[in-house]
Amino acid sequence: MSALVDQLYQEVVIDHKRSPRNFGTLPSPTHRSRGHNPLCGDDLSVELDVADDFIRAIRFHGQGCAICVASASMMSEAVQGRTVAAARELQQRFRSVLTGEREADAAQIGKLISLADVRRYPARIKCALLGWHALAHALAGSDEDERR
Amino acid sequence: MPDIGEPRRMALHRARAAFPLLDQRINGVALAYLDNAATTQVPLPVLDAMRDFESRDRANIHRGVHTLSQRATDAFERARERLKRFVGAGSAHELVFTSGTTDALNLVAHGLSHSTPDRQAPALRPGDEIIVSGLEHHANLVPWQQAAHRIGATLRILRPDARGRVHARDLARLLGPTTKVFAVTACANATGERPPYEELLELAARAGAMTVLDAAQAVAHEVPDLGALACDFMAFSAHKMYGPMGTGALVGRRTALERLAPLRFGGDMVQWVSDAEAVFAELPARLEGGTPNVAGAVGMAAAADFIDEVGRDAIDAHVRALRAHAAERLATIDGVAVLSAQASASAIVSFVVDGVHPHDIGTLLDEQGIAVRTGHHCAQPLLDHLALGPTTRASFALYNSHGEVERLLAGVSRAVKVLR
Repeated sequence: MSALVDQLYQEVVIDHKRSPRNFGTLPSPTHRSRGHNPLCGDDLSVELDVADDFIRAIRFHGQGCAICVASASMMSEAVQGRTVAAARELQQRFRSVLTGEREADAAQIGKLISLADVRRYPARIKCALLGWHALAHALAGSDEDERR
Repeated sequence: MPDIGEPRRMALHRARAAFPLLDQRINGVALAYLDNAATTQVPLPVLDAMRDFESRDRANIHRGVHTLSQRATDAFERARERLKRFVGAGSAHELVFTSGTTDALNLVAHGLSHSTPDRQAPALRPGDEIIVSGLEHHANLVPWQQAAHRIGATLRILRPDARGRVHARDLARLLGPTTKVFAVTACANATGERPPYEELLELAARAGAMTVLDAAQAVAHEVPDLGALACDFMAFSAHKMYGPMGTGALVGRRTALERLAPLRFGGDMVQWVSDAEAVFAELPARLEGGTPNVAGAVGMAAAADFIDEVGRDAIDAHVRALRAHAAERLATIDGVAVLSAQASASAIVSFVVDGVHPHDIGTLLDEQGIAVRTGHHCAQPLLDHLALGPTTRASFALYNSHGEVERLLAGVSRAVKVLR
């Protein structure tokens, strides 16, 4: 359609936006955190069930733009079943791609590469990172709301 | 300076040529600037007036004995008088230059909740009530929250109905003998709603309250007439009426302005100063501490001239027609709900789309060169009351066209198709 639609709103992103994976809540989460951008209305909570250092289950819920929701959905698929350390590392690699610190190809972020073009739209980078920030805070054991 | 006796008429359709910024391409497409509620663009006559001041008449004002200082002072005071006439202020009023509407409203809220320099108690007392409408921009809400906390006064909200309209009968129920302040907007920036502010101000004044009008969104096309309003304080900004940023005005009845404790102490607002104390100047100087943005004041007055050359009624009719065009057709797009659909006296149209976030709409519109605003528009309480999150907002000015509205409609339709 257009460069913007091809890059930012490619099919896989729209698919995750329309049908977000792991959307919902956990009955007894071991970790949780909330990422909130009051300026634009993006508001996501991430809940985890962590046991033996593995992320057994992850859910997220809330509201946000297509980029925010799709990113959180892809995040949930990417970290489910991984170790906490692997999830943290992936979060840092994804973040470094979006901030332009690292090239997407070299960063080994798998399917998340479909969000790499967000780095060309600076106003939207925070949207793509909101769920990931909430994940990082949840893993850090912080139960508090995170505002950014 | 234009000859005020015979205003030169500039046809509306030619007025766009005075705005060179509009002739640029964004992302390879012609710019359609539809974010005028955030800021309007500045025409060449205003830029010329400011540049002429800075390159010919610039000096510090009021205190100098030399010719250039007198010229600068004259330019500043001429701007003051011009803007007073622009809003229908008479001899019972005075105009105080500020840095904008937010500064002006803070000046009022601060002024009523602090002791005056001659140690008089603040105008507001513990137990007093302040009523603010639920339509307000944060600039006409948060200062009153702070004033209420500081004084021990009670803040009450005049709630709009489910369609975002405020009603005089609801204000009548709220008003009482302890109501000391009523603050309302002449046009809600988040929705375009134009409350019946004339009636509301009258009701509040009769109940003995001081009245405050936020005219920021109105002055570009439906200038409130202070001569006909029960209004103690009116605040507005230059940059929302085709003038420069960083300048605005608080116009008020002298008797009301006299009650304000100054917000900024220092030079220009004193008569004499000793080690231990100061005697303060008369109005308006007392509320204009420090060197003002003189070029800004000159530009603001030039913007008033420009508006009157094009014609207020012509501008008002034009932007209302654009808004009606946009609102009616947006409502026909599947999934779109227009806020305050009934607000016909408006240049602002705000909408939400089922399942689609404003961020995404705004980004897709930007790709097509269309500038709109997304978010809460500094009006979170109003949007919370309407049970809505962020919205997409388009707002029109004299240089926008129906063609640009058609581009907006096509862009929104496309965005909905892509995202929904």
